[in-house]
Amino acid sequence: MALRIAVCVKQVPDPETPASAFKVDEAANRVVPAPGIPPVVNGFDLHAVEAALRIKDGGEAEVTIISAGNNFVMDVMKKPLSMGADALVLAEDPALADIDAFVTVNVLAAIIEKTGPYDLVLAGRQASDWDQAHVPLGLAERLGLPSVTLARNVEPQEGRVRIERALTDGYQVIEAPLPAVVTVSNELGEPRYPTLRGIMAASRKQPERLSLDELGLDGDSLKPALSLRRLFIPEGESQVEIIEGEDEADAGRKLALRLRELNLI
Amino acid sequence: MSGILVIGEVQDGAIAPVSGELVAAALKLVGEGVIGGVSLAVMGDDLSAITAADAPGADRLILMSHPSLRDGGTGGFDAPVLAVAALYESISPDVILFAKTDFGAVAGPRLAFRLGVGMAQDCIDLALDTGTGRVAVTRPVFGGNALAVYGFNGDGTQIATVRPGAFDGMEGEGTGAIEHFDVGAAVAGVRTTLIDTVLQASEGVRLEDAEIIISGGRGLGGPEPFKQLHELANLLGGAVGASRAACDAGWVDHSYQIGLTGKSVRPSVYLSVGISGASQHMAGLSGARNIVAINKDGDANIFKAARFGVVGDWAKVLPAFTATVRDLAG
Ligand SMILES: Cc1cc2nc3c(=O)[nH]c(=O)nc-3n(C[C@H](O)[C@H](O)[C@H](O)COP(=O)(O)OP(=O)(O)OC[C@H]3O[C@@H](n4cnc5c(N)ncnc54)[C@H](O)[C@@H]3O)c2cc1C
Ligand SMILES: Nc1ncnc2c1ncn2[C@@H]1O[C@H](COP(=O)(O)O)[C@@H](O)[C@H]1O
Repeated sequence: MALRIAVCVKQVPDPETPASAFKVDEAANRVVPAPGIPPVVNGFDLHAVEAALRIKDGGEAEVTIISAGNNFVMDVMKKPLSMGADALVLAEDPALADIDAFVTVNVLAAIIEKTGPYDLVLAGRQASDWDQAHVPLGLAERLGLPSVTLARNVEPQEGRVRIERALTDGYQVIEAPLPAVVTVSNELGEPRYPTLRGIMAASRKQPERLSLDELGLDGDSLKPALSLRRLFIPEGESQVEIIEGEDEADAGRKLALRLRELNLI
Repeated sequence: MSGILVIGEVQDGAIAPVSGELVAAALKLVGEGVIGGVSLAVMGDDLSAITAADAPGADRLILMSHPSLRDGGTGGFDAPVLAVAALYESISPDVILFAKTDFGAVAGPRLAFRLGVGMAQDCIDLALDTGTGRVAVTRPVFGGNALAVYGFNGDGTQIATVRPGAFDGMEGEGTGAIEHFDVGAAVAGVRTTLIDTVLQASEGVRLEDAEIIISGGRGLGGPEPFKQLHELANLLGGAVGASRAACDAGWVDHSYQIGLTGKSVRPSVYLSVGISGASQHMAGLSGARNIVAINKDGDANIFKAARFGVVGDWAKVLPAFTATVRDLAG
């Protein structure tokens, strides 16, 4: 029987936006979208998609992408489909703009309960907008499932999943019973590029859309646990001393002498 | 509800320094009038060497010993999460602080969602939220490009993980009470199993301990130039690090990665070569005292944080730099 895998994918502002184009509206406590820079699929989520597709490459699996948010850009959100995922399920609503982790968990849990059951739920290790790294852990607790973070390899076996969990100096091998929630890290290796055929297939697929009503979400389940009081760009004044020389090699020499003069090396 | 519960960490049978940083953060909250009473709890399989004197600043030290709590639990951190949940039931703290370490970054969120209370990850400051009398946290967001201040809604327990190094640790000897908490049956619900731990043997100085770090990025163009970085690091008694781009390209192992999702380092000199200085990279450098940059782009972000810099091609700058260092060493 095919393994049913859900992959949680978030649309985020492009983290490669140059610092000079990164702006905050302090009155509204919001990041101002950089003009001309479209959003992207959160980087680690593509690693999670890649982990799912490797499982599918090696056996039978059905990969469903799920996401909660607002103002989805379809070209962006279809990227996992063009990489080879089977289906896309979206909860899109103005009420889901800038939701906190607690509301996100409620929405994703409702999507999973409605479209599941899944054997495996994969997610990125962290979203590059709010850098929380806790939605998947919350999802696991909410669904009553075991969770393992920072996978660099995900290998489902009979009723279990074996994970290589990245440490800063190596890795752990961990096993969890299925169903389980696993977050994936970049140590897994580069996500595959969409193929032309994949792009064509994705363009024909329509996302399944679920409204907040259909998901049974209202009142309390949409109340955030934290409130953003202030958002600002920290002041930092450049105090760099640029070392110059007759040429680049001379500058390198002078840099060493300057550091020695200050006893830094 | 009563007071602040600090979940410390244990290393080689002793209370790890990061625990003192958490106590300092808790005492800051107490000083601002949030709530009194600081309990430091630590867990492990053998805590017999720990005494109250090891917990300066804490009103009481709570020890939780159990075989399943060895080395942060039996994998997936199931056992420590269950242990802290049981402790929570018994003392109902108003605030719980974890360190944002490999353990805390998982245990904090898991506990919060298990209890259905608010939680903030990777905080660099904690303060009184003047409007509500509760806690306000400051955390870097968007890779460190911005800072966000959050307040906790409702009246439930407030959980935060605190970035290591954000607070100075406690000094001196503790004088608080010491208690044992029996986690007993609580840890029976463990579902994940740790099969094996494979550690990379690090050669020479550990990045986390290095006083001098020579770090390379995508600008190096390939794995070969890292030899030159190693040569220089050897001369200076330092260690070699890298940006994520260099690690993802496979030029060096991921154990070299410095930054938000890599290692945090605190060297006296951090020499970056061919690194643009993306905020996610700089997030690992808040403890670095002198950042030195070699980059061919004078507008590169790294020069905003650097104290010294050379604008130029590393392939010309670095060999001359290394030769001069060698000459100086005589
Ligand atoms: C959620 C998230 C987490 C992340 N975590 C981390 C992390 O922990 N650590 C990390 O490092 N990154 C991290 N990143 C990635 C980060 O955003 C950057 O993409 C990365 O740091 C860029 O690496 P780089 O500076 O080597 O490459 P680039 O940004 O490509 O910079 C290369 C630099 O080399 C210079 N250069 C090129 N040729 C030469 C030459 N011949 N001589 C001198 N200079 C030259 C260029 O001017 C340029 O400035 C993360 C990203 C996200 C989204
Ligand atoms: N709104 C969302 N929709 C789908 N997945 C999400 C959403 N928010 C977070 N996730 C998933 O949870 C991971 C960690 O996010 P975070 O806890 O916000 O850092 C992301 O990498 C995604 O896989």
